[in-house]
Amino acid sequence: MTGILARARFIIGALLLLFVVAIVAPVSAQQPTRVNPTESSVKEDQLLQQMQIINGRGSLPDAKSYNLEQPAGRDWRAFQDVTLPWIGAIAILGMLALLVVFYLIRGMVKIENGRSGRLVVRFNTFERFTHWMTATCFITLAISGLNIAFGKSLLLPLLGAEAFSGWSQWAKYAHNYLSFPFTIGVVVILLIWVANNIPNQIDIEWLKRGGGIAGHDHPPAEKFNGGQKGIYWIVVIGGTTSAITGYLLMFPFYGTGIAGMQTAQMIHGVVAMLFVAAMLAHIYIGTIGMEGAFEAMSEGTVDENWAKQHHSLWLDEVKNKAPSGATPRATPAE
Amino acid sequence: MARMKFLCDADRCIECNACVTACKNEHEVPWGINRRRVVTINDGKPGERSVSMACMHCTDAPCAAVCPVNCFYTTADAVVLHSKDLCIGCGYCFYACPFGAPQYPKVGNFGSRGKMDKCTYCAGGPEADGSVAEYEKYGANRLAEGKLPLCAEMCSTKSLLAGDGDIIASIYKERVVKRGYGSGAWGWKTAYKESIAS
Repeated sequence: MTGILARARFIIGALLLLFVVAIVAPVSAQQPTRVNPTESSVKEDQLLQQMQIINGRGSLPDAKSYNLEQPAGRDWRAFQDVTLPWIGAIAILGMLALLVVFYLIRGMVKIENGRSGRLVVRFNTFERFTHWMTATCFITLAISGLNIAFGKSLLLPLLGAEAFSGWSQWAKYAHNYLSFPFTIGVVVILLIWVANNIPNQIDIEWLKRGGGIAGHDHPPAEKFNGGQKGIYWIVVIGGTTSAITGYLLMFPFYGTGIAGMQTAQMIHGVVAMLFVAAMLAHIYIGTIGMEGAFEAMSEGTVDENWAKQHHSLWLDEVKNKAPSGATPRATPAE
Repeated sequence: MARMKFLCDADRCIECNACVTACKNEHEVPWGINRRRVVTINDGKPGERSVSMACMHCTDAPCAAVCPVNCFYTTADAVVLHSKDLCIGCGYCFYACPFGAPQYPKVGNFGSRGKMDKCTYCAGGPEADGSVAEYEKYGANRLAEGKLPLCAEMCSTKSLLAGDGDIIASIYKERVVKRGYGSGAWGWKTAYKESIAS
């Protein structure tokens, strides 16, 4: 009897133990799957939402390599491939079309009373040297810059990959190195002509009367009229902006990161496109757009009748400075 | 053809930097340039993760789109390569790349950049496969020999995977299912516009 009881106790005990184990076991078996090491881990999506650039730490000396991801590059790409070419095409082709139409309607602005044969000195050698140095650099910079923006669509199919690359390489060198004389030119232009380019009441009147461009009216103007002052400030502000942004790109990581360089390139591109468009208008009016204008920058002198027509106040000033009674004499262009 | 991709399983990367060293050595990468690098996010804090990153050989690669001389090309294996003969060192690919892959040796004053250098997926360049010229400009061409990129091949924890995108994605998915977690395929959304569910 006691034997049976003892046996029954043993079986019940064993069953109870089994029962306990059966309950506990799954719990302990589940334990490892509940540990989720990614619970506190950094998540890419979350980081990208929080910031533009995911960066961390690395073991290379180059700290720039610690940036893991900067998807903003894709936005810059869209700007570079779509927005900028459109801005450029509209600004430059638009300006060209405008000038052609204007030329067809208005034609060359003539010296109304014909040439007097008397010359007035308008720009001295230094002024002309500065102008042409800056202008040559600008044209080279513009062509090499436009090559970067449009070359692969327009020139590459014509030249072939090798020749286009070779040309682009030299264009890049020219763009980088000619930026220095260009910048110097802009600074000198700022200094030598700033006194003549402060906008005043005369310019407002000049603009109101259409500057003599639209009609045949010739509002009085000083050495530089309202339009020329506009060009002057476009050169100074546009030149300074493109110089600063350009140097930021030429000296990577001096004062900027990738995001800064993207912004700098965007400003550089847009300003340059508008700058080129504005300079087309400047070149037009200085050459085929107006009789007697080009010689001001080439010879340094203008005809007195030209001066009377376009810059009456300036001519008066020059005459007053000259010895009394004498008309400004033809001065050799040095 | 396969669509080659890289996948770094950040939950396995132990930041040993062996991939970085292997890459530099295999291709004799010039001083100052690292085609591959390991970045640790939240270093020293709970939940830190290390990711090995190089050129991801993006679908519709931004570098190729912005290159002003079209020096990039995509191989039949979808590897993004470039020609150092055509590169003019303008830096545009470097502004556009989401992964900081393009790098330039400084060859002169005024920050003038030399020819761009980046990860080739161990697939060399436009020169004849395995030629001396190819090796000098781009490094070894393992892919032409039927081998995968060395960085991934020698990864001790098999954190860095290289190979056909579908295959490495399925390996990663299987891991995530088995271990029950995964912090995702870093860079895939940016590079391939797809993500692997974690």
